[in-house]
Amino acid sequence: MSTVQHKPFAITLKVGSSLANKTGSWRTFRPVYLDRMPPCNHQCPAGENIQAWLFHAEEGNYEQAWRQIMADNPFPAIMGRVCYHTCESACNRGQVDQAVGINAVERFLGDQALKYGWAIEPGKPTGKKVLVVGAGPAGLSAAYHLARLGHAVTVHEASPKAGGMIRYGIPKYRMPREKLNAEIQRIQAMGVEIRLNTPVTDLRQTLEAGGFDACFLAVGLQQGQQVNIPQTGGLPVLDAISVLRAVELEEPVALHGHVVVNGGGNTAIDVARSAIRLGALSVTVVVRRGRDYMPAHPSEIREGLEEGMRLLNLRQITAIQDRTLTLEVMVPVEGGHIIRSGQTETIEADVLVQAFGQTGDFAALDQYPGLVIADGAVQVGPDLMTGAPGVLAGGDMIPWARNATAAIGLGKKAARHLDAWLRGERYQPRPKAEVADIGKLNTWYYSDAPRTVRPLLDVVRRTSGFAEVVGNLDEGNALFEARRCMSCGNCFECDNCYGVCPDNAVIKLGPGKRFRFNYDYCKGCGICAAECPCGAIKMVPEEI
Amino acid sequence: MSYQPVRFYQTGTFTVGNRLLDEDDRSVQALPVRANSLTSGHRACQGCGEALGARYAIDAAVAATDRQVIAANATGCLEVFSTPYPQTSWQIPWIHSLFGNTAAVATGIAAALRIKGRSQVRVVAQGGDGGTTDIGFGCLSGMFERNDDVLYICYDNEAYMNTGVQRSSATPPAARTATTLPVGPEPGNVFGQGKNVPAIAMAHGIPYVATATVADLHDLEYKVKKAIGIRGAKYLHIFVPCPLGWGSASHDTIKLARLVKECGLFPVFEAEHGEVTGVAKIRKPIPVEDYLRPQRRYAHLFGKSPATETIAKIQAQADRNIRKFGLLADQGARP
Ligand SMILES: Cc1cc2nc3c(=O)[nH]c(=O)nc-3n(C[C@H](O)[C@H](O)[C@H](O)COP(=O)(O)OP(=O)(O)OC[C@H]3O[C@@H](n4cnc5c(N)ncnc54)[C@H](O)[C@@H]3O)c2cc1C
Ligand SMILES: Cc1ncc(C[n+]2csc(CCOP(=O)(O)OP(=O)(O)O)c2C)c(N)n1
Ligand code: SF4
Ligand code: SF4
Ligand code: SF4
Ligand SMILES: [Mg+2]
Repeated sequence: MSTVQHKPFAITLKVGSSLANKTGSWRTFRPVYLDRMPPCNHQCPAGENIQAWLFHAEEGNYEQAWRQIMADNPFPAIMGRVCYHTCESACNRGQVDQAVGINAVERFLGDQALKYGWAIEPGKPTGKKVLVVGAGPAGLSAAYHLARLGHAVTVHEASPKAGGMIRYGIPKYRMPREKLNAEIQRIQAMGVEIRLNTPVTDLRQTLEAGGFDACFLAVGLQQGQQVNIPQTGGLPVLDAISVLRAVELEEPVALHGHVVVNGGGNTAIDVARSAIRLGALSVTVVVRRGRDYMPAHPSEIREGLEEGMRLLNLRQITAIQDRTLTLEVMVPVEGGHIIRSGQTETIEADVLVQAFGQTGDFAALDQYPGLVIADGAVQVGPDLMTGAPGVLAGGDMIPWARNATAAIGLGKKAARHLDAWLRGERYQPRPKAEVADIGKLNTWYYSDAPRTVRPLLDVVRRTSGFAEVVGNLDEGNALFEARRCMSCGNCFECDNCYGVCPDNAVIKLGPGKRFRFNYDYCKGCGICAAECPCGAIKMVPEEI
Repeated sequence: MSYQPVRFYQTGTFTVGNRLLDEDDRSVQALPVRANSLTSGHRACQGCGEALGARYAIDAAVAATDRQVIAANATGCLEVFSTPYPQTSWQIPWIHSLFGNTAAVATGIAAALRIKGRSQVRVVAQGGDGGTTDIGFGCLSGMFERNDDVLYICYDNEAYMNTGVQRSSATPPAARTATTLPVGPEPGNVFGQGKNVPAIAMAHGIPYVATATVADLHDLEYKVKKAIGIRGAKYLHIFVPCPLGWGSASHDTIKLARLVKECGLFPVFEAEHGEVTGVAKIRKPIPVEDYLRPQRRYAHLFGKSPATETIAKIQAQADRNIRKFGLLADQGARP
C-alpha cells in the first residue's frame, strides 16, 4: 500500500534540517572541560584556592570570596599583611605584565570581614575532645578547622596572649594587634577555648587530666640563636627573639644609641625597624652575603632603608672590643658563595642584636612514648602523626617550611588527618589536578591592566611610632585588582567556547553553570580548546 | 577601533562574552538565545572559518533586524556544506543562486520587497572569494553602481575551495593551490596579480565598505549591524581561514585570522562613501613569518633553504598596509 505524498514540484525527498546529520561521528579528538590547578593555588603553603576566591571578588561578591578563603585559612587579615605571598611569584600574570596583587586583595577581604563582622559557624558536635598545644598560627589554624568539623578544642598557651610569633615576633607596624586579636577572637567565638598562661609541662599528664581523644602539638621554636663572637668588654649582646618579645610585652629593652643587628633575615630587619621606631641614634644591619642573597623579603629591606636603616653587606663581625665591632670584608665568588678577604674595618655599637634563627624547647614532650625528637625538631609522618598514635605535630617545630603561611597550612592538614583518625579512618587528600601553566593559556584575550600598588605610610609617620606601614586597597581598586586575575585553568564564563565553535556544539547552561559539549555535532576541531583564554578545555583522543 | 572597546574587565571585549560585562556589551554570539542561523549538522570541514564567519555575520544581521533577513548565496563551500539536498542548516529564508549571479539575485529580491512595501526586510548576498572577485564580479559591480539596497558579504578563504583549492584572484602571492604549484622559478601564486575588491568597492563610492576577520567578533558584529541599517549598497569582506585549503591545523582557524591582522597583511578597516573612517589597530605586532609558517600552502618558503627574498616581499606588502592604513597604535588614523 502506498501513501500519496504531497510534495512541491521536483521535490522527491523529505526536506528537513541538517540537525539530522550527526557530525559528531567525524571526531577523533573530543574536547572536555576540566579544572586545572592554577599556579597560585599550587604554590600557596596554606592551600588556598586563590583563583576561586578571586572569582567571587571579581563580581564584587566579597563575602563569598572571604568565605572561600576561610575554607582553607582562618586568617585573611593576618595573611594579607605578613604572608610572604609566594603565590604572586608563581602567578601566570607575571609573565603577561605583572602578577596579580593577590595579597593585597586578601587583606582587603580580611578587613572587610572584620568591618562587617562576618562569622563562621562551628560544625555539628562530634563529642570528641582535642588538645592543641600552642596558640601560634599552626595551633590556631588546627583549632579552627577542628571546630568547623565539630570537635571540641582546647588550646593551651604558655604566653599571656595568643598568636605565637605573629604577636611576639612580628612587630606591630607590620601586624596591627587589633586585627590579630579580632581574627583570634573569631575562632574563640566558634567555641574554641584558649587557656593563656598555661604551659604544657608534661603532655601525658595534660592529655589524661583533660580527657582528650587526640592532640596537636604546635609549640614552635621559641629560643633565639646567636653566633659566638670573641668578646672583650661589656657590650650588651642580645638575641632578636628576646628583643622582639620584650618590645611586644613593653618591657624595657636596651635598643638605645647605635644599634647593630647581625643577620640578613626578616627577623633582623624587624629588629632594625623596631629600633628605629624606639628612637635609636643609628641602626646598622650587618650581613655576610650580598644584598641579592639576603633571605629577608626585598620589600622589607626597601622599607627599612627608606626609614633610615643602614645596610652593610659582605661584612662579618669577627670581634667585639668594648664598643667597637671588627668587621671582616667578604668577597663574593661564583655561585653566590663568599670568601674571607682578611681585610677589616670597625664600627661603633651600643648594643648588638643577633638574629640567627631559633631552636625549640621540647622538654614537655621528652618522655612521651613514641615521640621522636631529632635534629632539633619533632619528627612526623606524611600525615603529620608523630610516633605516638593520635599525637600530631606541625608548624615551626617540625622539619618543614618555617613561616606563618606554612604553619596555617599544616594546621589545616593536621585537622583533616585528626578528624579522620578520630573516626577510625585515614584522610585521603584529593589527587591534585594538572597545573595550568602559562602554556595552557591563550593570553591574547586578557586586557592590558597594570597592577595596583598599595599606598605606603609617609616615612616620617612610620619612624615615629608603630603605626601600620602598608595601606589597604579601597573597594574600587580591590575590584580592579581581582579582575586582573586570568582564572588560570578554571572556566570564568567568558563565552569564548560557546562563540567560537563553527558547529554550535557548545551548550551554554546559564550564569554560574558554565557550558556543556554537544557531542552529537562536535567535530573535534579543537578551536574551543585553543581559544579558551584560561586553559579550561582539553582535547583527548576519542576511543575509536 | 570602530566600536567602543571595554577595558579592565579581565578580558574586556576581547572575548565573546564574559559574565562581568553588561549584557549590552556582550556579543550576539554570547546570547543563550542567539539565532544559530547556520545550525549544527552542516558538512563544513573541522574548524571551518567560513562556517564560523557566516554564522557570526548572519546571526548579527538577524539580531539587528529582528529576524527580517533574506539571503541569496552563491555556489561554493558555504552553499554546498549548508544545503545538500534534502537538508539545510539555514534557519532564515535563503536561496541558492548560481555561482556568478548572487548579487543580481539579491538585487531582484530587494526590488521585489520594495514593490511589496516590505522594506523592513533586509537583503544579504553572500559568496566565496571566487564567486565574488572572479565570476560574480560583473553582477557585483552593477549592484554597487546602482546602489541597490543589499549587503554583500564575501567570505574570503583565498581560493576556490569547494572544487579543490584552485587559485582565485584573491589568492595571495606565493601561496600554493592546485593550480599554482610550488614549482619553477616563482613557486606558488605569482606576485603582482589579483584584485583588491574592498578597494574596488570603495572606488564605486557606495555608502559602506568594511573588512573583518573571524578573530575579532565584536568588530565583525559591529560592522554587520551598521551595514544592515544603511539603505543602499554595502560590502563586507570577511577573512575566513580554511584548514583544508591552507593546510593548517583545524584548531588554528581563529589564531590565523588574528595573526593576519596583527602582521598587517589583512588590514581591518571600514569606509564610508569611498573614505576610510576607521581602522582596527595592531595590538601586538608580529612579522609575517609568524602568520605564514603554520600554513602548509607556504611550506615551500620554509624548507631547508628558506625563501628569504619571497618572505621579505610579503613582509613589504604588510609594511605597506601598515603605513597606508596607519595600523600601528602610535600612528594616527589615515589622513
Ligand atoms: C621576627 C619574626 C618575624 C617573622 N615574620 C614572618 C612573616 O612576616 N611572615 C611569615 O609567614 N612568617 C614570619 N615569621 C615566621 C612565623 O612567625 C612562624 O613560622 C610561625 O609563627 C610558626 O608558627 P607556629 O604556630 O608553629 O609557632 P609559633 O608561632 O612560635 O607559636 C607557638 C606557640 O606555642 C606556645 N608554646 C610553646 N611551648 C609551649 C608549651 N610547652 N605549652 C604551651 N604553649 C607553648 C608559644 O608561646 C607560642 O605561642 C617570623 C618569625 C619571626 C621570629
Ligand atoms: C558557472 C560555474 N562555474 C563553475 C562552478 C563550479 N564551482 C562551484 S563552487 C566553485 C568554487 C567556489 O569558490 P569560492 O567562491 O571561493 O568559494 P569557496 O568554495 O572557496 O568557499 C566552483 C568553481 C559552478 N558551480 N558554476
Ligand atoms: S592569574 Fe589568577 S589564577 Fe592565574 S596564577 Fe595569577 S592569581 Fe592565580
Ligand atoms: S572559553 Fe571561556 S567560557 Fe569557555 S571554558 Fe574557557 S573560560 Fe569557560
Ligand atoms: S569548537 Fe566545536 S567542533 Fe570544535 S572541538 Fe570545540 S566543540 Fe567540537
Ligand atoms: Mg574561496
